[in-house]
Amino acid sequence: MHKTVGNFGAGTAYGGRVAAGDTGQAAGQVAGHGDNTMALRVEALESLLVEKGYVDPAALDTIITTYERDVGPRNGAHVVALSWVDPEYRQRLLTDATAAIAELGYGGRQGEHMVALENTPDEHHLVVCTLCSCYPWPVLGLPPTWYKSAPYRSRAVLDPRGVLADFGVTLPEGTRITVHDSTAEVRYLVVPMRPPGTDGWDVEALAALVTRDSMIGTGVLAAP
Amino acid sequence: MNGAADLGGMMGFGPVVPEPEDERFHADWERRALALTLAAARPGRWNIDQSRHARETLHPAVYLTSSYYAIWVQGLERLLVSSGLVSAEEIAQRRALGPGEPARVLTAAEVPAVLATGTRADRPEHRPAAFAVGEPVRTVVRNPTGHTRLPRYARGKAGVVERVHGVHVLPDAHAHGLGEQPEWLYTVRFDGRELWGADAAADLTVTIDAWESYLEPGTREGSPSSA
Repeated sequence: MHKTVGNFGAGTAYGGRVAAGDTGQAAGQVAGHGDNTMALRVEALESLLVEKGYVDPAALDTIITTYERDVGPRNGAHVVALSWVDPEYRQRLLTDATAAIAELGYGGRQGEHMVALENTPDEHHLVVCTLCSCYPWPVLGLPPTWYKSAPYRSRAVLDPRGVLADFGVTLPEGTRITVHDSTAEVRYLVVPMRPPGTDGWDVEALAALVTRDSMIGTGVLAAP
Repeated sequence: MNGAADLGGMMGFGPVVPEPEDERFHADWERRALALTLAAARPGRWNIDQSRHARETLHPAVYLTSSYYAIWVQGLERLLVSSGLVSAEEIAQRRALGPGEPARVLTAAEVPAVLATGTRADRPEHRPAAFAVGEPVRTVVRNPTGHTRLPRYARGKAGVVERVHGVHVLPDAHAHGLGEQPEWLYTVRFDGRELWGADAAADLTVTIDAWESYLEPGTREGSPSSA
């Protein structure tokens, strides 16, 4: 039998103290980017797990390639663009997003339970995960750094218009705002409004206009 | 728990810094950290709720000064040690001090199917839902020392059920080896002023996804004093 995981209070090897090696860098500065200490730590962890026989390095490479090359916001852009030109697809997307997204071949990890949120002139949707970094991977790929960071997670639910201003976005007068905090395994995809001046465009051309941020709700789409 | 991960409504972190769509990683170690975190879960020694709890129980000063992948790395080290797959000495010395246990290892060939399948959190409906769409509810006030997905800012607040998602695994139990204890899951919408007071924008709505045990029946008026 193996030990039960899940109790990390004081008394565990790492609980209740702040060691220099834990922070990596001085307080007030976010450790990580370009941080050589963390690079060495991860390298050591990988070789340890390979040596113990728990991890196959080739699988790591495949995971990285998947999320760098194959799974990203172009998937979501495809979904959104199709919903603009095909009213029946749009209806299916708004009724059962998981199934509608699966029609296009997208699904899986962190997209098991999808909900699509339709932006309208009256209502603008914004998605956040205040507690961690929940994000719809199959349609948007890996979350951007800002989505996982304290400034966005703390402020999106309290002052979403202030957050939008950081993205250079101002909503029109009369557009109310609804913020969705992803606190469960449900993942949200914002369906932005189709930009004006795109009548007759095909799905591929429309998809090229759809930005990742517009599908999180931190962007809106301008006329091309 | 009331940890540093529960960030909703905190102040002082400065502006959000947007980044381009193709910027997925900022250092090569972040790629490896992502992949290691996914691959190391394959032996099945912990679940997603235990992973989240391992991260949110980092010391607040550590959590708030670590980049997200650095949080993941530290969470992974804790999971490896608490599950017994690796010893604390091995983490500290950065080398194996003994052979590994037999474990299911993720192969490169399995990766596409594993990622494309995911892990569903819904379970069969074992009893009727207590609440229906449009029904007023109030979130409970609770400060558990263990894992919960009810954020501090949304405790004790009056809202309305917006969606009924079905029956989902309860993180509060699942994070602590207490089984899945599945419950009905709802999207609940709150008026911004119910959450933040009179200074909040009048046209702000916030939704959370809440398990049934996070909710009590509300009143039609929905005002805090009427409960």
